[in-house]
Amino acid sequence: MPVRTRMQWMLAAAAVVAAALLPLVAKNFILFQLTLAMVYGIAILGLCLLTGINGQFSLGHSAFFALGAYTAAIMMDRFGINYLWTLPAAGIVCLVFGFLFGVPALRLHGIYLALATFSLAVATPQILKSTPLEPWTGGVQGIVILKPDAPFGLPLSPDQWLYYLTLLVVVVMFGAAANLINGRTGRALIAIRDNPIAARAMGVDISLYKSLTFGVSAFYTGVAGALGAIVIQFVAPDSFTFSFAIALFVGLVVGGVGSIPGALFGGLFVLFVPNIAEHFSKGLAGAIYGLILIVVIYLMPSGAAGLVKLVVNKLTRKTTAS
Amino acid sequence: MKRQGLYLAAVAGLALALGTSSALAQKKYDPGASDTEIKVGNMNPYSGPASAYGMIGKTIAAYFKKVNAEGGVNGRKINFISYDDAYSPPKAVEQARKLVESDEVLLIFQSLGTPSNTAIQKYMNAKKVPQLFVATGATKWGDPQHFPWTMGWQPSYQAEGRIYAKYLLKEKPGAKIGILYQNDDYGKDYVKGMKDGLGAKAASMIVSEQPYETSDPTVDSQIVNLKASGADTFFNVTTPKFAAQAIKKSAEIGWKPLHLLNNVSQSIGGVLKPAGLENSKGILSTYYLKDPNDPTFQKDDGYKEWLAFMDKYFPDGDKSSSFTVYGYSVAQTLVQVLKQCGDNLTRENVMKQAASLKDLEFGMLLPGIKINTSATDFYPIEQMQMQRFTGDRWELIGPVMSGNDGS
Repeated sequence: MPVRTRMQWMLAAAAVVAAALLPLVAKNFILFQLTLAMVYGIAILGLCLLTGINGQFSLGHSAFFALGAYTAAIMMDRFGINYLWTLPAAGIVCLVFGFLFGVPALRLHGIYLALATFSLAVATPQILKSTPLEPWTGGVQGIVILKPDAPFGLPLSPDQWLYYLTLLVVVVMFGAAANLINGRTGRALIAIRDNPIAARAMGVDISLYKSLTFGVSAFYTGVAGALGAIVIQFVAPDSFTFSFAIALFVGLVVGGVGSIPGALFGGLFVLFVPNIAEHFSKGLAGAIYGLILIVVIYLMPSGAAGLVKLVVNKLTRKTTAS
Repeated sequence: MKRQGLYLAAVAGLALALGTSSALAQKKYDPGASDTEIKVGNMNPYSGPASAYGMIGKTIAAYFKKVNAEGGVNGRKINFISYDDAYSPPKAVEQARKLVESDEVLLIFQSLGTPSNTAIQKYMNAKKVPQLFVATGATKWGDPQHFPWTMGWQPSYQAEGRIYAKYLLKEKPGAKIGILYQNDDYGKDYVKGMKDGLGAKAASMIVSEQPYETSDPTVDSQIVNLKASGADTFFNVTTPKFAAQAIKKSAEIGWKPLHLLNNVSQSIGGVLKPAGLENSKGILSTYYLKDPNDPTFQKDDGYKEWLAFMDKYFPDGDKSSSFTVYGYSVAQTLVQVLKQCGDNLTRENVMKQAASLKDLEFGMLLPGIKINTSATDFYPIEQMQMQRFTGDRWELIGPVMSGNDGS
């Protein structure tokens, strides 16, 4: 097992180095797309912690993403606060909100929880458009924010800088998530998912852990929302519709429920597959997207992470046999 | 004095020299233009909640196919690259960047929806790429001082509001106006247009203003309030669902004002039929395109040309939909701009020519409606005509009116 973990860490380090070298060759537009994919990856990781590790369903993570995005936008636009501060702030706002939502959600299980969070996703765009909040949210018009330049006079374009910033956030947050799951807390979370009664017998405070997981999950998604707002330079209610919540859920399943690197694959899927579908036919883009989704789920029933695991297992077995 | 005259003459001479030299100069191109083609980018909601609008993008593509089949614009083919933005602002930003940075289009044309266009406006203006003839009625697209690379096309909500005001001042100067409006930028634009149009008389003529939220289940109580205010004229600024409710409710409580309905909700099938055709009789609205279902137009040449185009290049298109008429007319406007550009296909010249349209008339615009722009006027269509609902269709009444700010 340690050999395996060391291999995983080395692979992750290699991936980060490759990602860090990419801006030397890729165009700004490609970097922008990859930045967005990483942003979605962070949001999906939040969902992954909740659903994959702790076994609680959510169809409402677009709401946390929106909350994070608006927190960042309002701080930058109305108060002129530096964009870097908005990331932790958005995360903490979402952490509190997610924790508070997680408390009543304790009473709901499985599909009932999915429905409760679904209502959150449906309500979000309308709440953002409502008049009492308009002085802050800008109503239907949303908020336009400025794109930050690279600091310290670094010779980077804004796109390159945001790519590196997002990459840094990805490394920190994915590392933290891996740390969390592999430790005591992670084992408790997984125990709650697999057998709550046994977990309770072992002395795990189920209510606290479940609500906390909701909070941490919202924290991840909120930070992603703030980053997304900075990258897109614009927030509006129509950016955070229910279909976005579904897109995150699709990303989770395609990447592999419960797999940390799988979340990044999910982010890539969410961003690029609709474009690929559209490439084939404009009129049937939705249908082709559905078709790709079915094929992917059929070929990799446990997501991209499951497929990788399967291939690695096969290869290692072969090498040990020969 | 004499020195000043000399100076002026020198400047004039220099300008003349520059003018002729640029006319004689080589062909000038920005990215997206060449001797053989002009790349035009576009985003439409082909999927998602607003996918009905996708018909506009398909009509435009069909029209450019026709232009290309007939030899193109000044010998260049239009390469129309249209992406799906699903009416989502983040997707719109991504697709706009793809069009500008990866496909390297000369301009983006007819991107649809207020949120999507707001999302890309800053980017387009920073990149100095034209964001031309956007498909939204918001008033903010005609702001050349701050956004010289963005221009609208259809009449703005404020212009329409001013036209109703003009109509009232002429036909019913003693009107007591009650306004129902959606409490957002769209609704407020209309109300501002109405008030600007009424001018000093606004305060005395408007007796009640009732806002509603899109989250409200009905507008019943607002209608009751309007009736109670003693208004005899109803300015109805609502989206289709609420428009139908308002028409129905006022009939139910026996309120029979002069009813002005914003043209956002003039669909017969979507609004007037559900509200009751009998209840809708006599409602007034405005429009600027020919209704392909109107028998009075079916003999004229503009209609026949449009029909021939639809039959040949877009046989799957809906011939009763205003979207196909809209797409056809706005595509004609772009072709005129590109024609005027001649061999100088730079982004700057595209905006310059778009801002120098003079008295353009197209086959499917209502007779008498002319497209005019200038360096300070970024509102191509500002005229509309009043129409009255007869009980089964809209009938045009009165002259073409201008919603122009100044006049």
